[in-house]
Amino acid sequence: MSDTTRAPHGADAPIPRTVLRGAHLIDARGDHGVHDLWLASGRIEGTDLAGDAERELDATGLLVTPAFIDPHVHLRVPGQEEKEDLASGLAAAAAGGYGTVISMANTSPTVDDPAIVRSLVEEAARLGLARLRPAAALSLGLAGERLADYAALQAAGAVMITDDGIPVVDSHLQRRACEYARELGLVIQTHSEDPSLRQDGVMHEGRVSQRLGLPGNPAEAEAIMVFRDCEIALMTGARVHIAHVSSERGMRVVEWFKEQGAPVTCEVTPHHLTLTDEVWERFDPVFKVAPPLRTERDVAHLRAALTRGVVDCIGTDHAPHTRAEKDRDALAAPFGLPNIEVAFPVLYSELVRAGALELGTLLELMQGGPARVMGWPAPTLEPGAPADVVALDLETERPVDAASFKSKARFSPWQGATLRGWPTATIVAGRVVFERDVRG
Amino acid sequence: MIPGSTPVDLAATPAKARRRHLLDLEGWSREALLALFDTTDVMAQVMQRTIKKVPALQGFTVGTLFFENSTRTRLSFERAARAQSADVISFAAGGSSVSKGESLRDTLRTIDAMQADLYVVRHHAAGAPHQIANWTDAAVVNAGDGRRSHPTQALLDAYTFRERFEGFDGFEGKRLAIVGDVLHSRVARSNVSAWTTLGAEVVLCGPRTLLPAELAEQPGVTLTHRVEEAVEGAHAVMALRLQHERMASGLLPSQAEYRQRYQVNRERMRLAHPDALVMHPGPMNRDVEIEGVLADEPRSVIEAQVANGVPVRMAVLYTLLVGSR
Repeated sequence: MSDTTRAPHGADAPIPRTVLRGAHLIDARGDHGVHDLWLASGRIEGTDLAGDAERELDATGLLVTPAFIDPHVHLRVPGQEEKEDLASGLAAAAAGGYGTVISMANTSPTVDDPAIVRSLVEEAARLGLARLRPAAALSLGLAGERLADYAALQAAGAVMITDDGIPVVDSHLQRRACEYARELGLVIQTHSEDPSLRQDGVMHEGRVSQRLGLPGNPAEAEAIMVFRDCEIALMTGARVHIAHVSSERGMRVVEWFKEQGAPVTCEVTPHHLTLTDEVWERFDPVFKVAPPLRTERDVAHLRAALTRGVVDCIGTDHAPHTRAEKDRDALAAPFGLPNIEVAFPVLYSELVRAGALELGTLLELMQGGPARVMGWPAPTLEPGAPADVVALDLETERPVDAASFKSKARFSPWQGATLRGWPTATIVAGRVVFERDVRG
Repeated sequence: MIPGSTPVDLAATPAKARRRHLLDLEGWSREALLALFDTTDVMAQVMQRTIKKVPALQGFTVGTLFFENSTRTRLSFERAARAQSADVISFAAGGSSVSKGESLRDTLRTIDAMQADLYVVRHHAAGAPHQIANWTDAAVVNAGDGRRSHPTQALLDAYTFRERFEGFDGFEGKRLAIVGDVLHSRVARSNVSAWTTLGAEVVLCGPRTLLPAELAEQPGVTLTHRVEEAVEGAHAVMALRLQHERMASGLLPSQAEYRQRYQVNRERMRLAHPDALVMHPGPMNRDVEIEGVLADEPRSVIEAQVANGVPVRMAVLYTLLVGSR
């Protein structure tokens, strides 16, 4: 078994005409059956065409579909490159089948300066891995006091406004941010947790936290802030995207506001859909994440919300840290876990194969869903569409081996779990940016 | 993997798993606890001799790792180790690299180079002794981790009851009332484990802000917010220390109101079993959670609790290093 991520090729290098032979093609328009998919000049050229290919990939037995879009990743640049950098983070995204990711602004310094946005975009273009569309800070320095220069940040390439990682406590600031972002057509993303109710909680507050004696963070801290953020969305008409909804209480609030036509969207993470607070029995801070892993009942409600269409997309909240930081005690270890490389295999294996979700729904939540949240065109395999595609092996079983991650964070809540649905090739703008021989 | 199931292999350390630890009292049977008390009886006799030293642990090294200050508990463990001729090395986190942000694992690596056979760990974070047990080949004794567990305290509390309760005939049918700040108390959580395993009932009592309802989901445990109800018919009443921070953090209105509603005092003790013992894990706030005069009465066994700490810890060290559990 071997994994390869292509070396930086430079944006000017010629794009080889490429064919994926014998691919089972699926996109938002439907199941198209088995064909040869041709890519040229960075776009989908068509199916079963004649002529010569400069690159040929054997896609026999593989599902080929538009590459995934992740509206929520932490790439830690600038300033926290010991946790992740653009090369490792965007390679990790490609290895997870993602063609486009939106990076968060809680870096050091924060992404509140157009020059930082520009440098992120330029460096990512030079790397030529997954596409990077940065989010910018809602408040200067994420201090929750003054608005950042949204128009200048947008002109530099920012596509989303958020203080993710730090809830915006000041409701007046949240309102003004929404009003200002609305006229620019920018999406406001919120990390909805009430810090005064969350307190110093390190895990979900409930039966398990009380037994284990770890400080708890109640689901109500999320629900209260989701409610406020939805009210302000309704009040201002701004497009508000609620990040990582983790609880039944929080999801019920989102659903209630959607029924009233509030301009809100929401995402759920792979870990909140598959893990519960019971994992804390082992006191491993790898599971320390904000918002926290909840109960079985919450997981069941989130899963049901996926099928009912309440959830707009999957966002990974890929949040890498160093091993040493996660080797601290449960109170001192930082919040966040890396998951972008296993997001599809985890969800395919534990939801789709377990019969809890249709494959088509999962793909939609990772392709068209995030695109719609952002106001981007839905990704398809139609001729002329960008050649951002992923080949998925739905059959071969393979254990999660965090030591082989492209991410610098080489640990995983799913370490050792045997999963199916591994991406075997990711193509971005017509170039192969990741290849893995799963069957080898 | 279904929700709540544990992902595979994360903490799997088969070679180390065979090491015996005392991380909490979960998984200890009634028989194992009673056997430990029998060993404690032997150790208590040692402590009554003129020469209070036996060679039982000669050649073993016990390391005390105190990431949180506790002079009393550390002294008790060190006395227990030295009385059995073990060597003792001590590590206190204050002023060390821990305060500079070193990971728990890196700190442990450094200490582990000293090759101790057993670590006594006190830490402000629940679960830290469990993490350490995964990383070392030595045995680990939890000397208090966050709000979670303080197993040797619960053992010495139960042992003291067994020793001092008039006409003691077993734990079955006995009732322990624990009054006070249960939310933040590792002593309460461990006593719940110990006494219910031994066959007794435990009543937890305190204001709703300091008494998590989820704790009543364990068999043998009931909750009440009325101290009179908790004390009524109890065979032992334990008052928990009230930290002054509880008022500042909005969990309680005032010390005066707490005293009025929850203080363990002579009047309330009239409702208890006639031979009921009064206990306190220390350090005590006299005339706050416990009436000062009551603490000095013969039915109060607070000093005996401290004294029994040494033989109980001797028995724990001996059992983990030499004997069988």
